[in-house]
Formats: sequence, C-alpha cells, structure tokens
Amino acid sequence: MTAIGDVRRRRIDELAARAGQVPEGEGGVSLTKSAFRRLRRNPVAITGAVIVVVFLVVAAFAPLLAPRDPLAQTLLGEIRPGFIPGAREGFPLGADELGRDLLSRLIVGSRQSLLIGVVSTVLGVVVGMALGVLAGAFGGWVDTVVMRFIDIILSIPSLLMAISISVLLGQNQWSLVIAIAVTQVPVFARLLRGSMLAQRGSDYVLASQALGIKRSRIVFGHVLPNSLSPLIVQATLSLATAIIEAAALSFLGLGDPDLARPEWGAMLSNAQDFLSVRPELAIYPALCIIVVALGFTLLGESLREALDPKFRR
Amino acid sequence: MLRFVVRRLLQLIPILLGLSVLLFAWLRALPGGPAQAALGERATPEAIARYNELFGLDQPLYVQYLRFLGRAVQLDFGNSARTGRPVTEEFLERMPGTIELTLFAMVFAIGVGIPLGYLAARRHGSWLDSASVIGSLLGVAIPVFFLAYLLRLLFAVELGWLPGSGRQEVRIDATRITNFYVLDGLLTREWDAAWDAFTHLVLPGIALGTIPLAIIVRITRASVLDVVNEDYVRTANAKGLATSTVRRRHVIRNALLPVATTIGLQTGLLLSGAVLTESVFAFGGVGSAIFDAIFARDFAVLQGFILILAVVYVLVNLLVDISYGLLDPRVRVR
Repeated sequence: MTAIGDVRRRRIDELAARAGQVPEGEGGVSLTKSAFRRLRRNPVAITGAVIVVVFLVVAAFAPLLAPRDPLAQTLLGEIRPGFIPGAREGFPLGADELGRDLLSRLIVGSRQSLLIGVVSTVLGVVVGMALGVLAGAFGGWVDTVVMRFIDIILSIPSLLMAISISVLLGQNQWSLVIAIAVTQVPVFARLLRGSMLAQRGSDYVLASQALGIKRSRIVFGHVLPNSLSPLIVQATLSLATAIIEAAALSFLGLGDPDLARPEWGAMLSNAQDFLSVRPELAIYPALCIIVVALGFTLLGESLREALDPKFRR
Repeated sequence: MLRFVVRRLLQLIPILLGLSVLLFAWLRALPGGPAQAALGERATPEAIARYNELFGLDQPLYVQYLRFLGRAVQLDFGNSARTGRPVTEEFLERMPGTIELTLFAMVFAIGVGIPLGYLAARRHGSWLDSASVIGSLLGVAIPVFFLAYLLRLLFAVELGWLPGSGRQEVRIDATRITNFYVLDGLLTREWDAAWDAFTHLVLPGIALGTIPLAIIVRITRASVLDVVNEDYVRTANAKGLATSTVRRRHVIRNALLPVATTIGLQTGLLLSGAVLTESVFAFGGVGSAIFDAIFARDFAVLQGFILILAVVYVLVNLLVDISYGLLDPRVRVR
C-alpha cells in the first residue's frame, strides 16, 4: 500500500462521512449538533430526560438511598389477615405484606427492573444489528435467509414468544432477559437492513465502491454510522416496552424467582392478592413502571423528532 | 391484484414451515423432552420409555418432524396433560370467547379512537389535543394486567356494577350452539343470557382495548395532520368545495388508510391471545387457557395453542396486507 493511496483513501473517507450531513461552517450545522440544540429547547425531551436520569441515579445508588433493609421483615408482627400497616414515622409508604419497608423495596427494586430492561434491550440491539448488517451488506441469498428467519420470529406474537422462551429456559433472571431480547431482535434487524438498503445506491457508497474500498470498510466506516439514528430512537422506545414486558412475565409467574432481589414486576404481581386490603402495594410499583416507561417514551419520541431531517428548521 | 394475492400466499409457505420447525424443536428442547411434557413431571422412566416407543420418539429426528407436521396439518396436537382431552378440541371450545372479547375491545377502541384522534387533529394545539396525546402515551405505558385489576376492583368488586370474572353467570342455563355466548343467546332468543354474556365482556374488553385505543388515537391524529397539509386538500378548498365535503371526501378518506392497517394488525394481536387480561378476569378464552397451561406446565397445550395462534396471526396479517392492496393501489405495484 503506497503512501499516496493512503492519503487519497483518507480524503475519500472524509468526503464519504460528510455525505449524509450538511457541510459545517457558517451557514450549516452538523445533524448531531442541531439535533442536540432542538432537544434542549423541547420541554417534552427535557421531561423525559429528567425522569430517565432520576431513575438511573436512584438505581445506581440504591443501597445508599434506601432508608432500610428491603428484605428485613420489620413490621411482620403487626400483620393480620386483612390488615397491612400503612405509612408512619420511619416507613413513608408503609410496609408490604411481609412487613418490609415498601419505599426501600421500590428503591432497590429499580435496579433489577432497569437492569433487566437495559440488558435485554442491549442484547436485542446487538443481535438485531448483526443480523441487519448481514442482510443489508451482503444482499442476495444471505438477505433472503436472514429476513425469512426474522419473518418466522415475527409470526409468533411477542408475548407468546417470550412465554415460550422463558418456559424453555427455566425460571431465572437470564431467561427473562433472553426472552425479552428475542422479541426485540426482529425490530432492530429490519430497521438496520432497511436503512442500509436505502443507502446502498447513494452516491457516497458508489464513490467508495468505485475507488475499490473494501466492503467491510464501507459498511462499518460509512453506512453503519449513518444508519444509527433510527436505531437509537427505536432502542430508547424499546426500553419502555422491555420494562413493561418484564412486569408482564413476572405476572405470569415467569419472572426472577430470587426473593433477595426485589423487582417492580414481581412486587406488582404479588400485590394483586392484597389489592382490596392495601391497593398502594400495587399502585406504587405500577406507578414506577408507568413513569419510567413514559420517560423513555418521551425521550425516544423527541429524539425521533430531533434526528428527523424533516423537522429541521 | 390476483397475482399480488397469490404471491403473498406463496410467501406464507416457508414461514409456516419455519414456524412448525421452531415449535417442534421447542418441545424437543424442553427439559425432559416431549414424553415428560405429555406425562407430567412425575412420570416413571418405564412410562417414558413406553411413551417414546409408542409415539416414535426413538426414530430419527427428521422422521419425527415429518410425523409431527403430518399430524399438525390434520390439526392433531396430542392431548392436554391436565385434562387429557385433545388440544384442538380445547382450542375450538375457547376460541369463540376470545373472538367475542377481541370484537368488543376493537369496537371500543375504534369507536372512541378514531373520533378522538380526528378531533385532536382538527383542534391541533388545543387542550383536547394535548390530553389525547398524553392519554395515548399513558395507554401504552400502563401494564395491561394492572389496568385490568384496577377496573375489576373498582367496577366489579367495590361498585358491583359489572361482573368481574367468567363469561356468563353459572346459574344461567343457556343453550350452547356456537360457543359464542352472546350470539347463542340471540339465536335461541334467550335474551337475558345474551345480555349477561355481553356484560361479562365490558370490563375485560375495555382493559384489552386500551392499547389499540391509544395507538389508533395517535395514528389517526398524525395521519389527519399529514393529510390536511396535502396539495389536493388545498386544491379542494381553493375550488370552493364546502368544508364538510372536503373533510368527508378528501381528508377522512385518505387519513383512514394507515388507520385501517393499524386496526388490522391490532386485531391480529388481540386474537392471538389476551393472556394477561383474560387471566385477570378468569375469562375462559384462549388467553386464560395459556395462563393455566404455563402454571400446570402443560406443554402439549402450550405448543398446540401457540402454533395455532401464530397461524391465525399470520393469516390476519396477510388479510391486512391484501386489504391494504385493495385500498391503496400503489402497494400492488411493488
């Protein structure tokens, strides 16, 4: 490889990278910059971001923030059929059906719920991306095989899919994560394939091909980075669904059986039996799930608007 | 148009085959294998060996698969481990309930969703608009089984306005013809039975309908907002058509195209088993059967039900595609 060739390649790389963007300088701003500017001005985005950040911080520092041990059955002695102690000094939200502090359980539970949501979504994104890149970059029979496979997965409604996988893998944290991830894979694979196909005929890809740049370099250096924004939007929205779906699987008895890890979905399902005694036991975890899901949805929707060139001003 | 339909039908074949392979492999991969799945967890090794011989499970895998496929085509999915009855029989008995529930939920979602979405778009930026946007976001964020529990607690347990479980009062001795309880009541002129079955649909139907409702409101609103700014609407206004005519003929007609697709897809999704809602209301449709099967580890029922439901889901989606081709000629070309 000669030095001249290197310089030329680098220049083409630069040109190619810029192809999807508005030239920088006095008049134009890069897509990322203008997207951030619009996000900052959008109250919906701010609300979503604040919610998400607050919950992430709570989850990160949960053991420090929780006022009590979430597993200690401190008020067990006061529990009688039809009576569960409510809010009082030292127990701001009262106790659960086993005399444990509800607030501490909610705080510590945020860890598990967010973790399941985030890990399963990341897993879904990674596998979906791999399949999407495979289909989009190679085309031809590879594309056909991958997309038929995706179609087959899509032909089973997602909850039924998740149920079959958790039944198959047994009852534990990982089977829950995998079950949710599998339902996410098709979405990301299709999304990435679509956006790669759309760029296939674009001028910068043709130019790179004409210059004899390796396919892997075109795919990973140019096409993939340009396909990322819809993926980020979808991943944010999928986080919300993942958390709700985890709660649903818990409700179906397919959640994490480890009682030492409080989790909103499990708390919510357990509380159904005490709904007429103390509805708060269900309402608080449900509220946490709803608010977090809403936060991710708001953030995702405003990201979509910010990244969509249609909305640029 | 015919070519379009035929092509879509042909595309269905590999999907259905793949589906059958997937569910065949699923039952094989279960801990203990199909014999344990059918005989239950406490089966003796001798019983398992006899079962394996009897059902050809000692044969090579591809022979087993072809046999499974052969039986599946004849709608034979074995017997339920819990009740001992054929899976298909149980399915056919429960599906009418799920269909009734789906119809109620979709009528509710469409009846409320389209007008609400349309009004929200017409008064873009008003409080009604904001409220419908927030409402539709919330509708998707609420875990549906929690909403179902709340509705049940409030309207069935506390207020006692509506029944909160089952498909019909046990004391009503209704004649069964089709297993569609409301329809049966109407056919046999047992009006009270029909009305009772209908009231049993209300709460689960509303709970089930909230997600499609939220989605329909959103799509209708977005779609009307899109269409209002189209050139042909401006032209229609400019040539002096009455506002109501423009709305009826140009705006609503075009705006409902994407809504129609959404309605189709959501119907498919609801038909494929409202596992969560049905189990909260112990509704006795396909969904609560799956719920029971999960807890009883009744794998034959799970496999059979999921396979049939997936086929139903695929077929409904196909119908949606075809009807979209009818509604929008541009789709056919591609």
